[in-house]
Amino acid sequence: MLKRLRENKSAQGTLLISPTLIVMIGLLIIPLILTLIVSFGQRSPDGNVIYSFSLDNYIRLAGFSTDCTGGASFCFNPLYAQILWRSLALAFNTTVLVIALAYPLAYFIARAHPKRRTTFLFLVLIPLWTNFVIRVYAWMMLLRKEGVINIILGWIMGLLRIPFTPLEMLYTPGAVLVGMVYEFLPFMILPIYTSLEKIDNSLYEAAADLGANSIRTLLRVTLPLSMPGVVAGTILVFIPVMGTFIVSDILGGRQVILVGNLIQRQFLDARDPTFGSAASLILMVLTLIVTYFYTRKFGFGEEIVVA
Amino acid sequence: MNPFRRSPFVLFAAMLVYVFLYLPIFVLVLYSFNASRTNVVFTGFISQTGSQVVMDGSNVVQSPCGAFHWYCELSKNKDVTNAAKNTLTIAVVATIISTIVGTMAALALQRYNFKLRPFSQLSLYIPIVIPEIVMGIGILTLFSQLFGWINNALNLEGASRLTLGLGTVIVSHIAFMIPFVTLVVQARLQGFDKAYEEAAMDLGANEWTTFQRVTFPMILPGVLSGALLAFTLSLDDFVITFFTNGPGSTTLPIYVYGLLRRIITPQVNALSTVWIALVFFTVLLLQWIQNREQK
Amino acid sequence: MASEFAVELRDVVKKFITPEGSEMAAVDHVTMQIRNGEFFSMLGSSGCGKTTSLRMIAGFEWPTEGDVYIEGKPMGHLPPFQRNVNTVFQSYALFQHMTVFQNVAFGLEMEGASKDEIARRVGRSLEMVQLTGMDRRRPRQLSGGQQQRVALARALVKTPDVLLLDEPLGALDLKLRKEMQLELKALQQQLGITFIYVTHDQEEALTMSDRIAVMSKGKIMQMGTSVEVYERPANRFVAEFIGESNFLEGKVKSVKGDQAVVDVPAWGEELIGIATGKVKAGDDVSVSIRPEKVRLTDKQGIKENSLEAVVTTSTYIGSDTHVYLDVRGQRFKVWEQNRISTLDPRAYYANGQKVWVTLLSENTLILPKA
Ligand SMILES: Nc1ncnc2c1ncn2[C@@H]1O[C@H](COP(=O)(O)OP(=O)(O)O)[C@@H](O)[C@H]1O
Ligand SMILES: [Mg+2]
Repeated sequence: MLKRLRENKSAQGTLLISPTLIVMIGLLIIPLILTLIVSFGQRSPDGNVIYSFSLDNYIRLAGFSTDCTGGASFCFNPLYAQILWRSLALAFNTTVLVIALAYPLAYFIARAHPKRRTTFLFLVLIPLWTNFVIRVYAWMMLLRKEGVINIILGWIMGLLRIPFTPLEMLYTPGAVLVGMVYEFLPFMILPIYTSLEKIDNSLYEAAADLGANSIRTLLRVTLPLSMPGVVAGTILVFIPVMGTFIVSDILGGRQVILVGNLIQRQFLDARDPTFGSAASLILMVLTLIVTYFYTRKFGFGEEIVVA
Repeated sequence: MNPFRRSPFVLFAAMLVYVFLYLPIFVLVLYSFNASRTNVVFTGFISQTGSQVVMDGSNVVQSPCGAFHWYCELSKNKDVTNAAKNTLTIAVVATIISTIVGTMAALALQRYNFKLRPFSQLSLYIPIVIPEIVMGIGILTLFSQLFGWINNALNLEGASRLTLGLGTVIVSHIAFMIPFVTLVVQARLQGFDKAYEEAAMDLGANEWTTFQRVTFPMILPGVLSGALLAFTLSLDDFVITFFTNGPGSTTLPIYVYGLLRRIITPQVNALSTVWIALVFFTVLLLQWIQNREQK
Repeated sequence: MASEFAVELRDVVKKFITPEGSEMAAVDHVTMQIRNGEFFSMLGSSGCGKTTSLRMIAGFEWPTEGDVYIEGKPMGHLPPFQRNVNTVFQSYALFQHMTVFQNVAFGLEMEGASKDEIARRVGRSLEMVQLTGMDRRRPRQLSGGQQQRVALARALVKTPDVLLLDEPLGALDLKLRKEMQLELKALQQQLGITFIYVTHDQEEALTMSDRIAVMSKGKIMQMGTSVEVYERPANRFVAEFIGESNFLEGKVKSVKGDQAVVDVPAWGEELIGIATGKVKAGDDVSVSIRPEKVRLTDKQGIKENSLEAVVTTSTYIGSDTHVYLDVRGQRFKVWEQNRISTLDPRAYYANGQKVWVTLLSENTLILPKA
């Protein structure tokens, strides 16, 4: 038995991978298949699933409804498409802002003295390790009408002798955007840093030697070489933003509803798992399509593992 | 040319980003000392006098714990201690199991050729490229359907009915942590020279001894960083836990989330501060150990 | 000793699947017998299958066909830890997380030796490779040469029947390599252990080995002592691979005993030489003449194979002068030893100078083409 195993390398590999495969199939692939099956089902009055093959949930997601006001038998309301679109737009805006903030910092750390790099990096990691929910809460405190930002603004305006009424910032789309940017910023800094750090100093010297000024060095040398980091960071930011519901829940109140909130409510408040499953699958397909086209254009960097 | 020269613009931008990263944390910590119970406006620190808590409206005027009043309250809060215990139990158990399983998978993928290899490697990327909520509700659906079916089939009643709880949270955490551990360990294994293992066998060690005495000590740093990543992911996880927890398995993030939708006292800030401090010192300690090992 | 041979490969084939998916024989029907106490080398250019052969003896690879015998016993799929052979790896493969002492002690621990015995034997082994006092260091803290010695001590402490060495000196600089060559050879003679030594460096193989197997493309081209492979190469490949030679193409006219007469059209001459391999009349052959075995004279010699030539280049390199000639339209090289200490330029040949090349039949080798 042992001897047979010793001689069969392929069996050894299969044996080593099998627990992982069991978990991946049991808790990843089967649940996804189940989600698909449920999405074709119908909701029973007590909130359970009646298995059938009905496209009702997808038709509803597309915006068509038979439950209309004014007695019409059929109407169109692109509510869910709007939610999807809003989520996509938010994810896009968040990613762009995060890149804009992360790049200078990553560049700063990568070009810092090697002895200090660890410390600077460490300073990026600490906020990342404070809990996700705690970070949203912190922004709630900052953005409130009586919150710190309004206090600071009021103080500045006072100095300038400009009349100031505190701004309503909490429960707006802007608050959600800021919260998302804050939540996912470290996930962009780390991969960009990793790819910037790999750039050999002699490359900068060569660029300078060939007469490139700093702007041209940045555009022609640094940016292209750090693209893998930006790609990995984008994947690490864009995908979670698409599916997160806490930030919008707490900083957006009932004002900003994203796909994540829609799905969550189907499973808790509205108790319609079939519709939630359909929405969840649409979300997955959407992110996969975006990721596919994005990575096909830019490649899939190994930097993704670093974060 | 100084290789570490940087433009003032980069320096300024970097400092601004650091301010952006730390301002919320600073405010969070400051407000944990707030005298105001409603915690909307900072009304000052609490003085340490008397043996009784004295209130004035919604402000705490005096407390035996002084400025640390809310920390004392926190330590008396049964829900918090329970949630903390759950969080740690889940993180420790899930980290141990996912590290072992993930390391095995990394060894398999990096060392062996087998039929299922491409499929296995691909499946590890799934949790990275699909939103967590999709995975969360998938697992929720699986458990609720499976448990419903088992409960009906075996006619389980009352307390013996299978429900969501610590077990389901741990299993779900293991599922989403394994890919991360595997990918980290795999990255570290890439430069591993097989000659070390061959040398051990050549000197008379069998496969198991070789693994214990040579392979494992050599990949240990990679395994540890995989485990650390898994542990922090578990502590930080909200979404998966949100869908798979049940009565009695509330974790700290879930508990805090629950509070945020109701009344918030500075206790939440105290809790957050303790959390941040713990993370900070743990990381500092790890850094110190790592530095010492390199010498 | 159970067998006359320490190691035997009987008709061994090792096939690998290439990345493109096709099969490739890295070792192709190799048979060799390595005697007890012998310093045996496998010599060949990179990729010829030396390492693979060695790994099959160690047990890291199993033959696709045929079998490896150690002390007369077939090894089959016996794992490395059940074979009484030890290996010195090209990369040394010293365990970085262990000290020098722990590295050397590892193999003894596996045998279950007592603490005292381990300490004693490790000490003696380190002394043998002149590393006494280094036992607390980590491999990283040693120079390349010292690491090499640790690798050697770690293998030798097990007192194996056979020591396998895969280009063990490849990573050292030239001077150290020469020193270690002598040391290794001395050690082997002192211990009486069979050494199987893999190298692509012909000089290394010639200086150290009792016998050499010259390999090419997974096959053995010739097996013999240093003198044999140099003075009586079995074919053109061996003559070309080891040392330098002048080659002329020809056809065998007749064979008599170990002598053959070859018609060389390029010179329009018939040459008489020693037929080393099996050649018969009518065979296409290569005539090989080593450059140091040719005499240059100012006047025509008395022997029959004496040809007129013109010096094209002459290079003084200290002990010798390398003279490149044009012999009836063919390039021909001759190494002349500088036996007389003189500054007279005439002693070292000038470009365009006319000379006579004298070929002796005992220095002319008739080789099969293979
Ligand atoms: N594990 C392997 N898989 C596929 N091909 C291999 C493997 N090991 C060696 N080879 C191939 O076998 C041939 C001989 O290799 P090797 O024995 O290492 O040569 P040498 O040591 O003489 O340089 C080479 O072409 C090499 O690419
Ligand atoms: Mg080799």
